[in-house]
Amino acid sequence: MAIENVKETSENTVPERIKVHGDPKSSKFNVPDPIVEVNGVNLYYGEKQALKDIYMDIPKNKATAFIGPSGCGKSTLLRCFNRLNDLVDSARVEGEIIIDGEDIQHPSIDITELRKNVGMVFQKSNPFPKSIYENVAYGARIAGESRKSVLDEVVEKSLKGAALWDEVHDRLQDSALGLSGGQMQRLCIARAIAVEPDVLLMDEPCSALDPIATGKIEDLIAELKDNYTIVIVTHNMQQASRVSDYTAFMYLGEIIEYDTTETIFLNPKHKQTEDYVSGKFG
Amino acid sequence: MSNKSSRNRKTKFWKSGDPFVWLTGVALMFCLLMIAGLLYLIAAKGLAFFWPSSVAEVQLKDGKKLLGEITGHEKVKAYNVDDGDIHRTQLKIGNRDLYGLDFRWINDDQIEEKTYPEYSVVLERREWGNMYGFIKQITESGSVICTGNQDCWPVLESLIPKFSKIHDEIKSIEKGEIGGINREIENLRLDIRGLKMKGGDQSEQISKLQAKIDEQQAIYKEKEQKLKVLYTKFDRDKITMTSVDGRDKEMPVGNIVRAYRPNAMSWFAKASLYLSKVWEFVSTDPREANTEGGVFPAIFGTIMMVLIMSIVVLPFGVLAALYLREYAKQGTLVRLVRICVNNLAGVPSIVFGVFAVGFFIYGLGSAIDSVFYKEALPNPTFGTGGILWASLTLALLTVPVVIVATEEGLAAVPKEIRDGSLALGATKFETTWKIVIPSAMPAILTGLILAIARATGEVAPLMITGVVKLAPQLPIDGYFPYIHLERKFMHLGFHIYDVGFQSPNVEAAKPMVFTTALLLILIVIVLNLTAIIVRNRLKKKYTTSAV
Repeated sequence: MAIENVKETSENTVPERIKVHGDPKSSKFNVPDPIVEVNGVNLYYGEKQALKDIYMDIPKNKATAFIGPSGCGKSTLLRCFNRLNDLVDSARVEGEIIIDGEDIQHPSIDITELRKNVGMVFQKSNPFPKSIYENVAYGARIAGESRKSVLDEVVEKSLKGAALWDEVHDRLQDSALGLSGGQMQRLCIARAIAVEPDVLLMDEPCSALDPIATGKIEDLIAELKDNYTIVIVTHNMQQASRVSDYTAFMYLGEIIEYDTTETIFLNPKHKQTEDYVSGKFG
Repeated sequence: MSNKSSRNRKTKFWKSGDPFVWLTGVALMFCLLMIAGLLYLIAAKGLAFFWPSSVAEVQLKDGKKLLGEITGHEKVKAYNVDDGDIHRTQLKIGNRDLYGLDFRWINDDQIEEKTYPEYSVVLERREWGNMYGFIKQITESGSVICTGNQDCWPVLESLIPKFSKIHDEIKSIEKGEIGGINREIENLRLDIRGLKMKGGDQSEQISKLQAKIDEQQAIYKEKEQKLKVLYTKFDRDKITMTSVDGRDKEMPVGNIVRAYRPNAMSWFAKASLYLSKVWEFVSTDPREANTEGGVFPAIFGTIMMVLIMSIVVLPFGVLAALYLREYAKQGTLVRLVRICVNNLAGVPSIVFGVFAVGFFIYGLGSAIDSVFYKEALPNPTFGTGGILWASLTLALLTVPVVIVATEEGLAAVPKEIRDGSLALGATKFETTWKIVIPSAMPAILTGLILAIARATGEVAPLMITGVVKLAPQLPIDGYFPYIHLERKFMHLGFHIYDVGFQSPNVEAAKPMVFTTALLLILIVIVLNLTAIIVRNRLKKKYTTSAV
């Protein structure tokens, strides 16, 4: 029943937000100061198409959320931004993704530089089996920094930025695996911001955490917005409405609607969006 | 109704799994008992070897007298079925230079009387094995300085350490200084030969080298003189022993390694003698065709070989596993390679030995000789067995174990950790070296432990690639290049085989087999324990690996 509705609405409604051949920019939802521009991205896993004609811009120093039911392509789109999909042999990306003015799909791009610029926090926190200090300093060490004073500074700054410093500053040499779930995730955030990226991608960062830890991380996102561009994928719609400035609703690999969070949740233009955010399906 | 309930009970019994739990418990206990039994047997027979046992004087019914240690007792069936079982005792009578053989079996019913004379003396000698007898007299430069057991015993005790020192001095000059001179002369000769092989007019350099050789010969003459003096000193004091049947035997005091009177010793004296014999066993060279003395060169050779093998097998095994799992495109070829690697582990070790002889020794070794050691030819340097080739053979043998264990460890590193590292801007290489391999370290060390355990016990391939019954030198000495990888060496496993089955005097050698086996087991335990402790430390510290 719901699926038939989809077919109807996508044909009847004005597709001013979706695609118009030839002049993608005018059809995209305009955001202030875009740092990531996605132009006509299609992604295939072998024969199966996972992303269809994605056009969107991500605004700088704001939080953008991707919401949608399972399997709609949110994480896939997120992973395009730091080209982690390259690790999947059968993945093939068409289209243009421009971050900070550079097309990241271009063969001359240095992937390690891209990934330093576009950090990622994963759904299941994945601290390295090393000490807390070494985890946060890892990125800096990779970049070639080996002076202890500099590393100490980086570690302290990042842990403070991730609101973890007070809890662990006296046990930096302990194994990171001894932290609680929420602390581990904040450690991963600290690790990611230690390399000072422009964009921070977060793939359902709180789905494995309890409400208190989730609250702490949501507060953290609000602070991080000032210095980083956040793109967060989430299943939790309340979280999306609390945390993000802009929200994109995706379904079956397409962006159904992309607008300010207020609009998506209070005044959605598409019936599908309305059904989803009010919990009628998904 | 009762039929159904008894059937139910039976099925419940089998379903609960209890019988299988019991079965596994019993099987495990059985295995442990076998291992414990084996260790107990080896330990009991091995450790007892050094304990000085009492010397018995046995008078036979036909009047003959025998003096020696009681070393065995058994019950055999008589030839005639009607006769009862025969009990007989084995007596170690020593004095091989007098009697020809050291052990004798005596039927118990032939024994008239058994006493333990207090003054019976046991002499451990450098040649001809033990002597059991009584002291007649000690002479110095021909003149008698004491007679009889009581007077001579303290004199003997004071003389033995003095002559041991002279003996050590002689040995150090012979092996050390004269050995060095010989080495120098040999090197110079090889240099001359090398010059001659180059062709052209080298007569000036050759005569220079020849002059150096003459120098060395002169020094050699000096040392020879010194030795002559020492040998005279060595022969100065002689001791005459009387055997139990009245025969006299004279020998230089310097020929005696140790003298003791077990029947007159307290428990503490025996214990301290025991400890000194144990120390001698692990720290000195063998005597008497490996049936006496120590096994130090074998210990040294075994450990050095295991170390060289570990140094070779670890990088090769880990790199191979790394390539197979991380970098190679997973397809039929990789699967085939993996199957081959797993099958390598099942190849009989002697096949590896034969391969090593062909490839390493005759192939690589001859090539090395023809390039680097031309002057020594036709005597092969690396073109014959040696510790390097033996270690490489064992490395080949154990590399599949390391590869498999490493691959397991690498597979156990979760994908999220790798993704996390890549997402921070690390290359795959950096991720592998900084994150993946440290995480897989416990598994790699497990592979190493298994490799060491297997290699320390292999003997067959070593026999043809460089182990000898008696090696004149250790592979490490004080002369450049200090580590001589082309030298042949001794090995504990081979030593057991040689002592137990190739020895000219099997009875004397039998207890040594147990002691050497015990020593080998101990060394393997120590090596394994070290690796296990290192691995556990790593596990506790940092890892999430499952192995």
